[in-house]
Amino acid sequence: MHIRVQIVDPEAPLYSGEAEAVFAPAELGEVGIMPRHAPLLTRLRAGEVRVRHDTEEESFFVTGGILEVQPFAVTVLADRAVRSTELDEEEARRARQRAEERLAQKAAELDIAHAEAELAEAVARLRAIERLRKIGVLK
Amino acid sequence: MAHAKEIRQQIRSVRSTQKITRAMEMVAASKIRRAQERLRHSAPYADGIEAVVRRLARVHPEFPHPFLVPRPVRSLGILVVSTDRGLCGGLNVNLFRLLLQEIRRARNENLPLSVGTFGNKAAVFVRRLRLDTLATATGVGDSPRLSNVIGPLKVMADAYREGRIDRLLLLGNRFVNTMVQQPVVNVLLPLHPSEEQELPAHWDYLYEPDGVRLIDTVLNRYLEARVYHALVENACCEQAARMVAMKSASENAAELINRLELAYNKARQAAITREISEIVAGAEAV
Repeated sequence: MHIRVQIVDPEAPLYSGEAEAVFAPAELGEVGIMPRHAPLLTRLRAGEVRVRHDTEEESFFVTGGILEVQPFAVTVLADRAVRSTELDEEEARRARQRAEERLAQKAAELDIAHAEAELAEAVARLRAIERLRKIGVLK
Repeated sequence: MAHAKEIRQQIRSVRSTQKITRAMEMVAASKIRRAQERLRHSAPYADGIEAVVRRLARVHPEFPHPFLVPRPVRSLGILVVSTDRGLCGGLNVNLFRLLLQEIRRARNENLPLSVGTFGNKAAVFVRRLRLDTLATATGVGDSPRLSNVIGPLKVMADAYREGRIDRLLLLGNRFVNTMVQQPVVNVLLPLHPSEEQELPAHWDYLYEPDGVRLIDTVLNRYLEARVYHALVENACCEQAARMVAMKSASENAAELINRLELAYNKARQAAITREISEIVAGAEAV
């Protein structure tokens, strides 16, 4: 039994294929989707979407978005998505620092919300990089 | 008849114009391929989110989100998607003709009107009409990004949310094929997803966290996707229209050069004939 998985962002489709299981960073916590899952609609946080096929696992990084689940189809409507192997550690570190500095300055309320979102994204990026390094996907 | 030298100069200037139009034609021809690819790439997300929205609207027809509930129209908003640069045939002109139609209709019904624009051409046009402009985005370029969409769209959507406009239209060009681009009007808000296919209404999603905030996110993303799609499609139209316009400009230049060359040869021949007859007349006089 397989699920059809599609990972798309507004500018381009990123992945389309069959899988045994999909893991995604839902807003209320990580979810694992297997075939015959109940229909579900949820928002995604920044983090890794992992697609398991046979013994292999492919990892994608999304900055947020919407997850739509039907019994045999999963659609990740990401705000922005990249293959996790394309993540740039240096850039993520810089983004984290920028966001932290802006939070420290305590600007207007809107800016704080913005900076917090950016910080969360940068941290999620770094966490994904670290995990991939541990399992040896990244050098 | 003009002097041969003047004609030669004219030919030279037409020729250099022709070089430019030919170069622009080739540039547009190569850009159109990438623009079409971008258009294709934006389809899966747009289709995916439209399917979700259609299902939401179907299983929750009573859902009180402001984007889904039509209300009496007392004021109108228009988002216009145009190009930044000209030299693309009648693309913008045809679009603006449609815009004027909508404006006239709004005036007849006494609806106050506010607009938001993408692309330099629309910004200039709207300024000249002294319309109430809420937002503009220029310099979108050949490869629009989603980030180009968010600012102006948010301003217009907020205006809708706050009741300053009751209906939001989206004007842009539809890419039929390389030769044909068609200006179209779509109703962006209130949303009424097309109900072409019958959906079984037996099941509903589980919503996490709560339905209200989630649906708000989904609807916002849907709007963004639609406007982004319009931008990408317009960029496609721009390159196609430019290619066709520049092709015919190059052809016109070639024809003009032909005619000028003919005139030049005639002028030269006339000058030679005149000289000979002068020499002959001089010789006879001796």
